[in-house]
Amino acid sequence: MAEIVTLKEAIDLIPEGVSIMFGGFMGCGNAHKIIDALSKSGKGGFTMICNDASMTGGPLGEDYYGVAKLIHNKQVKKLIATHVGLNPEVAEQLNAGELELTLIPQGSMAEMIRAGGAGLGGVITPTGVGTIVEEGKHVHGKIEIDGKEYLIEKPLRADVAIISGYKIDKNGNIWYKGTTRNFNVCMATAADLVIAEADYLVECGQIEPENVVTSGVFVDYIVDGGEA
Amino acid sequence: MERSMIKGFIAGRVAKELKDGDIVNLGIGLPTMIPGYLPEDVHVVLQSENGIIGTGTVTKENRDPLYIVDAGGSPAMVKTGGSYIDSTVSFGLIRGGHVDVTVLGALEVDQQGNLSNWIIPGKKVPGMGGAMDLVVGAKKVIVAMEHTARGSAKILKECRLPYTAIHCVNMIVTEMCVLEVTADGLVMTELNPEFTVEDVKAATEADLIVSAELKTMSSLFAAEK
Repeated sequence: MAEIVTLKEAIDLIPEGVSIMFGGFMGCGNAHKIIDALSKSGKGGFTMICNDASMTGGPLGEDYYGVAKLIHNKQVKKLIATHVGLNPEVAEQLNAGELELTLIPQGSMAEMIRAGGAGLGGVITPTGVGTIVEEGKHVHGKIEIDGKEYLIEKPLRADVAIISGYKIDKNGNIWYKGTTRNFNVCMATAADLVIAEADYLVECGQIEPENVVTSGVFVDYIVDGGEA
Repeated sequence: MERSMIKGFIAGRVAKELKDGDIVNLGIGLPTMIPGYLPEDVHVVLQSENGIIGTGTVTKENRDPLYIVDAGGSPAMVKTGGSYIDSTVSFGLIRGGHVDVTVLGALEVDQQGNLSNWIIPGKKVPGMGGAMDLVVGAKKVIVAMEHTARGSAKILKECRLPYTAIHCVNMIVTEMCVLEVTADGLVMTELNPEFTVEDVKAATEADLIVSAELKTMSSLFAAEK
């Protein structure tokens, strides 16, 4: 079952140079307190797996929003994402040879992560057929089924997943608010070490079992973001 | 056509393609203007691929930018009766053919219905985001764009930029005309009376078939004026 740790303890759990999945979409649903602490930790060399690199200019006037802080501090050596257009620093670091970028179609990436967490050998999808996506290292090959071509995308897992939940109970069960579910739901299943940041840490029973979106069995550590 | 009217005219024409009850995904930019031109009796369910089915109106009172955004990262809202979903469900919906129409812009589109709209190698590498899944999965793919890019053709015999997807586009709507992608090539079905067929051909690299039943292109935007 999930263990509650301090923000500092959570950062100590993350070794340098590991691959990390960050839930979130343009910063919405990023685990902001953990990311902020990680950005100040001096650790780096990470492979970041995230839908995007968030954006410069956050909704509360932040210069760098969510995972954009880790890009700005050059803590990411490799980025696996679907879209990086709202963070101009990605293009700058790419051009300077400081960052390696792999782009994957958004639906494929979501499903590859789901496959990674669900023990599946890959994803067979029509998305990307006939495009340069076929050449990606994440693609195992092509297959024809009933006359239609598909790409076989490999499953995607990470060493660490950093998840954001609105309400998380002390067993690690998560309820998400608004559009923050996005990649958090699949990523919580697809990493060896899953750390979840609770906007509100609540007692067990305060999220009805029917409303639990991510079961606590997927979560290793909880950070109380309300107190951190 | 006055420059300031072009986008509204195109959006107003695309609006006529949407039927009451359609599930619709709109790309960024021009396509987001389309709901503003829908007739009062046409209600569509707008889907935002980051996780909203049934997007609503953001107001000063309901905006919640830390928790509810659209696929462009801007504050968004769900309508009463809508729902929030995660990315795997969202793209299951998209890839699984549950989205009736997607409308998006293009850098290039060609006469085989191939689309290029996500990368200019060496210049701009924003990423495909959800576009590749959307154009492969939606039942109808409409490209809504200005006919040329500062005078140079965007509707080509064959795309030169990397594809978003092949054989995916069903219809192209520009300020000049409406083109349908068929097995025979691009068929011009409607022409904006401000232009001639020759004007369109001069602004288009692709081969064009002029429909025997060529109609006058009209827009709900124009109807409003």
